[in-house]
Amino acid sequence: MTANVNIIGLAREVYKGLPTTLCAGCGHNSITNHLIKALYDYGVEPHKLAKMSGIGCSSKTPAYFVEQAHGFNGLHGRMPSAATGAKLANRELLVLGISGDGDTASIGLGQYCHMIRRNVDCTYIVENNGCYGLTKGQFSATADVGSKQKGGKVNEYATIDICGLAIELGATFVARSFSGDGKQLVPLLQAAFSHRGTSILDVISPCVTFNDHEGSTKSYAYVKEHDVVLHTADYIAGGREVTVDYEPGTVRQVQLDDGSHVVLRKLDVDYDPTDDIAALRIIHESRARGEFVTGLLYVETDAQDLCAREHLVKQPLAQLDEERLRIGREEWQKLMEPAAGPSK
Amino acid sequence: MPARNVNDFTIRVATVNGSGSQSSNLVLTNAIARLGIPVAPKNVFPSNIEGLPTWFDVRVSALGYQCRARDFDVLLALNAATWQQDVAGVKPGGAVVHEESYPVKGDTLREDLIYYPVPFAALAKEHFADKGDLRKYLMNMIYVGVLAQLLEIPLSTIEESLRTQFRSKASAVELNLTAVRVGLEYAQQHLEKHDPWRLVPMSGKTDGLMFMEGNRAAALGCVMGGCTVAAWYPITPSSSLCEYFIQYCDRYRVDKETGERSVAVVQAEDELAAAGIVFGAGWAGARAMTSTSGPGISLMAEYAGYGYFAEVPGVIFDVQRAGPSTGLPTRTMQGDVSSAYTLSHGDTKHIVLLPGTVTEAYEFAMEAFNLAERFQTPVFVLSDLDLGMNAWLAPPLPYPEKPFDRGKVLGADDLSSMKSWGRYRDVDKDGITYRTLPGTNHPGAGFFTRGTGHDEEARYSELPDVWQRNLDRLNRKTETARTSVPAPVVAERKNAKVAILAYGTTHHAVVEALDFLREAGIELNYMRVRALPLSPEVATFVKRHDLVYVVEQNRDGQLYGILRTELPTHLIGRLESIRHYNGVPIDAHAIIDPLLDAQRAPAVVAD
Repeated sequence: MTANVNIIGLAREVYKGLPTTLCAGCGHNSITNHLIKALYDYGVEPHKLAKMSGIGCSSKTPAYFVEQAHGFNGLHGRMPSAATGAKLANRELLVLGISGDGDTASIGLGQYCHMIRRNVDCTYIVENNGCYGLTKGQFSATADVGSKQKGGKVNEYATIDICGLAIELGATFVARSFSGDGKQLVPLLQAAFSHRGTSILDVISPCVTFNDHEGSTKSYAYVKEHDVVLHTADYIAGGREVTVDYEPGTVRQVQLDDGSHVVLRKLDVDYDPTDDIAALRIIHESRARGEFVTGLLYVETDAQDLCAREHLVKQPLAQLDEERLRIGREEWQKLMEPAAGPSK
Repeated sequence: MPARNVNDFTIRVATVNGSGSQSSNLVLTNAIARLGIPVAPKNVFPSNIEGLPTWFDVRVSALGYQCRARDFDVLLALNAATWQQDVAGVKPGGAVVHEESYPVKGDTLREDLIYYPVPFAALAKEHFADKGDLRKYLMNMIYVGVLAQLLEIPLSTIEESLRTQFRSKASAVELNLTAVRVGLEYAQQHLEKHDPWRLVPMSGKTDGLMFMEGNRAAALGCVMGGCTVAAWYPITPSSSLCEYFIQYCDRYRVDKETGERSVAVVQAEDELAAAGIVFGAGWAGARAMTSTSGPGISLMAEYAGYGYFAEVPGVIFDVQRAGPSTGLPTRTMQGDVSSAYTLSHGDTKHIVLLPGTVTEAYEFAMEAFNLAERFQTPVFVLSDLDLGMNAWLAPPLPYPEKPFDRGKVLGADDLSSMKSWGRYRDVDKDGITYRTLPGTNHPGAGFFTRGTGHDEEARYSELPDVWQRNLDRLNRKTETARTSVPAPVVAERKNAKVAILAYGTTHHAVVEALDFLREAGIELNYMRVRALPLSPEVATFVKRHDLVYVVEQNRDGQLYGILRTELPTHLIGRLESIRHYNGVPIDAHAIIDPLLDAQRAPAVVAD
């Protein structure tokens, strides 16, 4: 492997996309850059990547990375269903869904819940800025109680915690991070690619134009101040020797479905990411303190994803032909027996 | 005693929903068909699981008419709640078989009817006291025996029907046969036949036919059409389409050794998601479908528009029911024709197939997947409750001889041999562009599918020219579709200058109406439209006639409206609209009566 290509021999350029059309300094652009690094490092084959999104600022970002890959910029709040269909049609695809807080927690809450329930194998990133950017700054359902809009209006309605909700619904991979923390986010993304099932990544991503002022709980200043890092992570691809050397008692390794590992360098030595109750507790407690707890909050690695539960054939359904799909002539004759009478 | 009336009458069975009368009615229907007599059952049922009134009409028609008959001749009354209403509806001179305890006097009494009282409840109690919950079902089987005796159906024929109904499960066949005998023997001993209705075995009309519901035929069409992803939300009257699909897939799409399935069926959280799954799967290259009814169509509007504009294949079955709103979920209508045709906002136009028979429900289902992939667009198949849920006598469905048409899909090799390609370049000038599927191993394969404005290279664009050019190309695709969708079926006789134009299940009432009118000296031509966008033949057909009656089952004349929009202006005045919209399937008189009225009043007829 030369310095200029990744493990599948592709240059970093391949993982780039069109220039962003988002505001300068937008947290989403940072996430895009971290994604490019994660996809490059992971060695994702561009033709197997399906970039899917809904509508909103966040949902534009699939245009800004891996230009070669197929993209599906769908409908507002309805990306989970399209991602479900795409994965069922071709289970070899690495489905990467990018959504926002309005797209996920308001208009798309139903589809978000049911995607998780079905454990559709996809990486689902919420670029969470607590507001509607494209329509100029209205509150979203993830806005914290007491958070202030640019014009001074205060949110009085309960916040929907995307991560807490996901765990409640039986999600098998739930992480929270911050657009400005690539060190934490990149390994989490790679772990999500390896995880077989729905991986939720709630990434706090300040809106520099409409939600980066004093009084906002999703501004850069606020998040930097209140980000409680549960652990930083390392990702070790399957088949590679685990060579990272940590002091005993400070790391926790989680083996993922494809044999890879995510290594959590623990700041809180007692945190167990396989304990859903503990995860819910820390989410609730940190929110009560006005903090964002970041890291891999919960993971369950032995759950079956939708394709496994449906016992789908290995070959993508999209590739099956008449021979495989039609009832045989002999069987058909039996079915079509005349005067068979009404069924039931 | 009036003259014998052989093989041409209608029996109405009035019972309480949830009492298991469906089995008895199907046994009766099947037995009549086994005598070689064409029969058309129509189930008029409530939106309810148990307790509300339900009716089942068995139309016996030697001539083979399959539409609903407006009136009924023989009533089997087993619902006290509707007794008065049911008796009031019997055709003059009709026969009434009824529970003995129902009053046959005072207001209820109609002197012109022939009454056959039978103590159904007492007989069931006497013979099946030990059968617990089964007793009410067996009581219904008793009436099959009574009717068999009165109408002269041999017991052996009933027995064969029971074997079909209960899939040769010996104990069930035996028990039900016992109940049939109870009824038959009671009728032999206590009822003296003095009505004219009789069933006489005949031949040549039902040979080789089988009973099939449209939903079952459509499900088989999905299997044979190569559907691999189905997503649905349960809704009457379409649920059985997906349930049949699941049933056939469980049998034919599972590898017996590995248990692996070559199909994925998702019961979605709503119709929004069902449509999303379909278009996500279609985008990734699978043949995908959903089935629903009017309320679901409303919810699918946003993804239908996306599918049209981003050009993603997908098949949507709409088994229409009576609307607006929740309407009458268990009653029929051709109510979604105009909404499906232009479903979603903006300039949207879809391919809509209009099957009229179970054979077409099957063939159009298969063809819908071909058209969806050929035209890279949503394809709607508009069935209705009458076609979807009633059993129709039909020939066995033919084995498909054509391979799948996967349309214009470029693979990695194609891309390697091309200098360049653009997702929305109209290379062939037919409006249909080339697509690639995710997973195609070529660096040039990928493109960005979007519901936003885009140019020929699938790049975002807000330029007025680009936007309009794209809409014009999409329209070109619609023009191409006009000659690719199932063509209209035309029945022209002599040089009639007046014609009927209809579609879907209305066909069966038209068939009977044409015969009736011919007997009355009125010769009409007939065109059955089988798809939208309209074939060019529709305009030439209208042009050949002075007057064309457009018959359909909705209040506002939805196809009539589409014709008025799309036909040349000078032809519009030749159209007259005849509409039926009371929730039950259209009968011949719904066409004959208004047509005769119009013929008698030439002032309203266009010159």
